[in-house]
Amino acid sequence: MSALVKDRVAKVLVYLVLIIAALAVVFPVYYALAGSIMPTRDLIKAPPALVPSGIHPGNFADVFHAIPLGRQYLNSVVVAGIITAAQVLTSLLAAYAFVFLPMKWRKAVFGLFLATLMIPWEAIIIPNYKTISNAHLANTYFALVLPFLASAFGTFMLRQSFLQFPMELRDAAKIDGSGHLRFLWRIVVPVSRPTIAAIAVYSFLSAWNQYFWPLLVTDDPKMQTLQLGMSQLNNSESADPRLILAGVACSVLPTLLLVVFGQKFIVKGLTSGAVK
Amino acid sequence: MLSSNGLSIQVLDQRGGVLTALDGASHDADATLATARGGGTRRRSALLSRDHGLAWLFLLPSLAIFAIFILYPLVQSFVLSTHGSDIFGNSSRFVGLKHFREMFSDSGFYKILETTAMFTVMTVIPGVLGALALVLLMESRIRGIRIFRSAFALPFAFSAASASVIFAVIYNPAVGIANGMLAHFGSKPVGWLTDPKWVLLSVVVVQVWMTLGYNVLVLSAGVAAIPGDIIEAARLDGATGWRLHRSVMVPLLSPQLFFLTVVSTINSLQAFASIRILAPEGGPGGKAMTLVYAIYNKGFENGNSDLGTASAYAIVLLFIVLVLTAIQFGVLERKVFYR
Repeated sequence: MSALVKDRVAKVLVYLVLIIAALAVVFPVYYALAGSIMPTRDLIKAPPALVPSGIHPGNFADVFHAIPLGRQYLNSVVVAGIITAAQVLTSLLAAYAFVFLPMKWRKAVFGLFLATLMIPWEAIIIPNYKTISNAHLANTYFALVLPFLASAFGTFMLRQSFLQFPMELRDAAKIDGSGHLRFLWRIVVPVSRPTIAAIAVYSFLSAWNQYFWPLLVTDDPKMQTLQLGMSQLNNSESADPRLILAGVACSVLPTLLLVVFGQKFIVKGLTSGAVK
Repeated sequence: MLSSNGLSIQVLDQRGGVLTALDGASHDADATLATARGGGTRRRSALLSRDHGLAWLFLLPSLAIFAIFILYPLVQSFVLSTHGSDIFGNSSRFVGLKHFREMFSDSGFYKILETTAMFTVMTVIPGVLGALALVLLMESRIRGIRIFRSAFALPFAFSAASASVIFAVIYNPAVGIANGMLAHFGSKPVGWLTDPKWVLLSVVVVQVWMTLGYNVLVLSAGVAAIPGDIIEAARLDGATGWRLHRSVMVPLLSPQLFFLTVVSTINSLQAFASIRILAPEGGPGGKAMTLVYAIYNKGFENGNSDLGTASAYAIVLLFIVLVLTAIQFGVLERKVFYR
């Protein structure tokens, strides 16, 4: 076999493996989207249909009737929005203190921030549940957002970004001792916009995807988030695949668009810790 | 830490940040502090002490949240694990190490550890190696790479809950498409989620599917960061195909591979939504009862309220994750190839 033929064969094999892998990875995504518009007969016949026999937008209307999906959507947007805004704000202030302000025990306090990153949330979820239920905050937005209003990860990322500032820029903060908030808002925030955006994407996705904590602190369907509401469709005795897939399709659409169209952005935000 | 997979990816990814923290500079701030101190005039020192106050004011919101929702519960976990609890989950009298003694003498506990270890190994190894294989194949200078890369990144858009719910439909014993396909090829239906032999593997498939997208993103970013001249030089030296991958690319990707291995391990240890949705109560025969799920099972599921025992399990989880993080800190700086 000539080198050229060998090369051709290798290339075809690479394509073949990649195509099979891509089909396997994409199939559940396709099936969720296609299934969400299938009529019941497509989903329950044997073998189940791969392509919808027609478009049935009625599935979406039905799922919004079956559970308060609209309200749960709003809950998720509100909760993830508040958490994102708060994390950006508290991280900005904390990182600013670490880099631009004189303070005692700087290293110790920063070490404490880093140490909190090592604690798995699930290992301390029981006392946190008790704190919230003892304060009679179950089934409130407070319960869903309070523990997540600060982010050691966000603080860390912003601090790294601030430390890259040119010295003159940082010295400017010292000249006018009273203008820290103005300096933060006018100079630091605009310069750090890419880092802030990355943190915001990360915070939002994390909050949007939460499951364990909302499961413990909410049982009123009107206060539950999208992730819980949508998964509840699967738990009920009369689980209807048509409604389940319509619910999933609704819930996943925003993040799906984000991944398809904002991939570069996400890669930067979510892999910044992994790539030096 | 998306994780809770979320992106559970959630908490876990944050650890990525920690890596950099270790070698990140911390001297600059002290240097500026020294400069400021050198100022010396009365006005400046007055300003300075006000700035000291300002620093604490700026840190206050974060410190308050960490104190209430991380440090206090950390201490409280140990308190709860040494107390009994009534049927409402309120802690009662001090029982010392009773919960731990019972846990360590309970064969169910070792079964849970074994399931957790199996689940972790079965998800991390295929997840990381599978992503590596895909990324290296995409480096073969072929057309349409962007389409493949987007396709492999898609699962990243799915939360653990939404991915699990989709697979629950696919695995449905009567009308699911998995059994539909088997029937089409003349095979008997499989009880994906109802057969003790299959349930763990079925959850593993979902977990691998979910993490693959993120792993591909991280490794692709790692490949993009390799300077083109290194690859060209290796090609000129005659390294092609498999040899180029094994001897050049994989060593250069070792920081990302190590990062992904640790993060995926911690992620898998914390996997919750997939088990709750696909294998409630740990699945048939408790075959999918992992450590995290046991915390929920003992403390909350089906009206259970044994928060003392659940806290003992939580402390075991805490130690396992802390040890893994320590390994990450210790090994990363030394053993992994750096450019």
